[in-house]
Amino acid sequence: MSISSRFVDGINRRHFMSHLAGAAALAAPATAFTNTLLANASDLRKRHKAAILLWMGGGPSTMDIWDLKPGAATGGPFQPISTSADGIQICEHMPLMAQQMHHMSLVRSMSTREADHMRGRYYMHTGYVPNPNVEHPSYGAVVAHELADQVPDLEIPPFVSVGGGSVGPGFLGMTWAPFVVDSNGNVRNLDMGIDPARLSQRLEMLTAIEGRFIGEKRGASAEDHAKVLDKTIRILKSEQMDAFKVMKEPTDVQEKYGNTGFGRGCLMARRLVEQGVPFVEVDLGGWDNHADIFKTLKDNKLPELDKAMSALVSDLAERSLLDDTAIIWMGEFSRTPNINGNGGRDHWARSWSVAVGGGGFKRGVVVGETSSDGKEVVTEPYSAQDLMASVLKSLDISLETTFTAKNGRPMKIANSGKVIKELFA
Amino acid sequence: MSTRLPCLRWPSLFLAMWCVVDGTLSSAADEHFGIPQVKFINESVAAGWSDARIKPSDEATDQEWCRRVHLDIIGRVPTVAELGVFVADTAPDKRAALVARLLGDDYVDEYARNWTDVWTTVLIGRSTENDNINRSGMRQWLRRAFAKNLPYDQFVTDLVTATGVNKAGEKGFNGATNFLTGKLEENGIQATAKTAQVFLGLQVQCTQCHNHPFNKGKQNQFWEFNAFFRQSRALRKFEGTREVQAIELVDEDWAGEGGNASQAELYYELRNGQMKVAYPVFVDGASVDPSGYLPAKMDDGTAFGVNRRRELAQLMVASPLLPKAAVNRIWGHFFGYGFTRPIDDLGEHNPPSHPELLDGLADQFRQQSFNVKELIRWITLSRAYALSSKVTKGNTSDDPAVGEKPKFTHFYLRQMRPEELYQSLLTATEADQADEKGEKASRKKDEWLSQFIIAFGTDEGDEATTFNGSIPQVLMMFNGDLVKTATGTGKGGFLDRVASADMSNAARIDTLYTAALARKPSRKEISMANQLMAARKGDAIGALQDIWWAVLNSNEFIINH
Repeated sequence: MSISSRFVDGINRRHFMSHLAGAAALAAPATAFTNTLLANASDLRKRHKAAILLWMGGGPSTMDIWDLKPGAATGGPFQPISTSADGIQICEHMPLMAQQMHHMSLVRSMSTREADHMRGRYYMHTGYVPNPNVEHPSYGAVVAHELADQVPDLEIPPFVSVGGGSVGPGFLGMTWAPFVVDSNGNVRNLDMGIDPARLSQRLEMLTAIEGRFIGEKRGASAEDHAKVLDKTIRILKSEQMDAFKVMKEPTDVQEKYGNTGFGRGCLMARRLVEQGVPFVEVDLGGWDNHADIFKTLKDNKLPELDKAMSALVSDLAERSLLDDTAIIWMGEFSRTPNINGNGGRDHWARSWSVAVGGGGFKRGVVVGETSSDGKEVVTEPYSAQDLMASVLKSLDISLETTFTAKNGRPMKIANSGKVIKELFA
Repeated sequence: MSTRLPCLRWPSLFLAMWCVVDGTLSSAADEHFGIPQVKFINESVAAGWSDARIKPSDEATDQEWCRRVHLDIIGRVPTVAELGVFVADTAPDKRAALVARLLGDDYVDEYARNWTDVWTTVLIGRSTENDNINRSGMRQWLRRAFAKNLPYDQFVTDLVTATGVNKAGEKGFNGATNFLTGKLEENGIQATAKTAQVFLGLQVQCTQCHNHPFNKGKQNQFWEFNAFFRQSRALRKFEGTREVQAIELVDEDWAGEGGNASQAELYYELRNGQMKVAYPVFVDGASVDPSGYLPAKMDDGTAFGVNRRRELAQLMVASPLLPKAAVNRIWGHFFGYGFTRPIDDLGEHNPPSHPELLDGLADQFRQQSFNVKELIRWITLSRAYALSSKVTKGNTSDDPAVGEKPKFTHFYLRQMRPEELYQSLLTATEADQADEKGEKASRKKDEWLSQFIIAFGTDEGDEATTFNGSIPQVLMMFNGDLVKTATGTGKGGFLDRVASADMSNAARIDTLYTAALARKPSRKEISMANQLMAARKGDAIGALQDIWWAVLNSNEFIINH
């Protein structure tokens, strides 16, 4: 037997076996399947670490939210209020979060250089500036890749993006791509509408075609396609897909999070983390406020954020999930301290804030400081890679981890960022 | 340096080319099809192979090449009949003949549809969220431009200088306006960034706020380029008091931010807060009359004023960057990778993989009056385009997917664009004949596409797609309405016709494979298909449905190879 035909057979057999396994799960009595899940659920909950990234697409003005400058010419109209954390003040239009700040910490000394949306989104998600020759994995792909072993029974994708503002898996491959859903948890086209036996016959035929093409060695994307097929088959009839159905929550819980896309997204994030998903990203866009920023923030963005985020933090704490679940709040950059002619603020990356909490983070502290007009970081500045290293540390992921990019080059996890030590006890 | 063009010898060689195109030269086509530009591509690419000591793959089969060239030129797989005719043809120049046919009158509608899809995405993206853009209007203009093979310099000029109403059916309609109607807010920052990026391969968006850290882009260049758009306004159209859903793009006298229209200037802020002034200056340093007045005559007949966008278009067309950016984009369309990555960044910090080939093709493109169809002919008849996608021991290292510069030693796999998949499913099931044509069909396709589009809601209209090989795409292929229709067993549908045709089961399976994959089933696949036939017992059409579903869901179908 030649090497190439052995290769073909190997691929065929592997895929064939996985399809059989999938088909068997479909055909198994539903009750037995569910019982196993229930038996494992409490163990799962204790064992696994997870992270929820609240992604503020467009670049929120952090000096109007987390680092107010009342009285400064750049300060804008909002006033600071005290919070449940000693010495931390935040915006008056975040009253619910103010009661949760003892669970959170602020880094007021972020200083980055990417003030273009696409570049900033990429940089903050990966810790690397865009490079035409290599695609870096985003937070979700890295965390899912490192933590997936903790949840061997997970059938749904380990990286879920609600709303879809995320960045892809880069050189880690499509297995770690974000599974994008809308905030209603609708996953399109899930219902096969044919009986499992017939489905597995179809899949057998498909496996033959798929394997033949892979065996012809035309490039990696042929095999990537097969891998995603396998993952899709796994979720088709998984009971775990229930985690996406936020409408199954009691009404009062739904109301607590708010009847908004972001509110439902945050509630879904909690359900997914409970189910074992290691990384969930929830997108809240609309922060690109070049004009009329203060009205937009006060009437629209901040109330939606405040309600959902505070509900998420308190809910995770009440369910004893917070110690194993890191929360990261950030956008691609912030906005200019100077208020422009249209009553807005433009893109600004030099001095800004992020919020983190849960996981292994120290809570209720403020790291760093900006100047009185908000234009400079006056303490040690931190970068995207420093933040990423800190988040990974809060999840007990080793910062010594090194990936190998597709071109064979070693890539240090989090781009060798330095842990922000004030965030750890 | 052996690849430098023998420029003086071109005229006589062109003569030979025209003969081939006219079909009057009956002798056997040589390996370059008698076309000097094809010879040039072949020699340049081959020089890169020997420099890197790697070997090209074998030639693709006729079937593979035929599928490829249909997908890339007209945006869909070949029909069973088209494939059959081509494979049976024994003429030595049959590939040149097929390319000529696909670029000719028989396929003009499909050619225009495909390139309209491609350019709609380039010019205005796939998201439908921007109210200032009328997608139908954009498409209508593009379809006409490609149907008549509008020379590329004219194409760019029309887009950059367009005035008129953006919606079809309204008085003064000019669909070309849609390139800019959605990009003029905030002083035309998007118009500036996109015009430079799409047509000149210059990434200037970062220099809006600061000098570029690692290329020559300077902040003043952004604002000097921006100054060309300051006479332009996108106005909401009213009819009496009724607002119609249309935008009119106009040029108006502009007083400048300093209030002196004869020296109409704008101001921008440096990172240190200092304000600077800018007038219209092109990227190569050429400046134009700083007047903000549109061209007019004084009472004594003296002409004054200037139309800044017209000046810009002229400077762009004269710029060597314009044909380079076009060649790079179109090469990238056919090979999956351009000479630079990304294809719309030709800055000095980003050297191309084949500089002489890019420059030479750009020169030829200009010399051939920016004839896009000729450029496509040269590329599709090149040896590199005809290579198999099977990687060999001699060229494993040539893998741009891992970040290497492309050497074009084999055809690189790439997934169909969603528009190609949509059209291919219609073609493979022969549903394109009965279906709506033109704008109505395009709107249906938009609706289907919208399930994959993620708009980021920024001022720049950034978007992403889940049609990227991820789970939602696989689910759509498993269960989506489009595939349900394609695999339907209803009376008169594709499977019904195959099932009731007078042919053997083996021939039926052959037909399905040929329609989707442009090949016959292997022995193993035949035996599996037969097992399915047996499993469905008397339900022959049900078995065909299972096979058809499997074929359409395969990597081989959705990957252009």
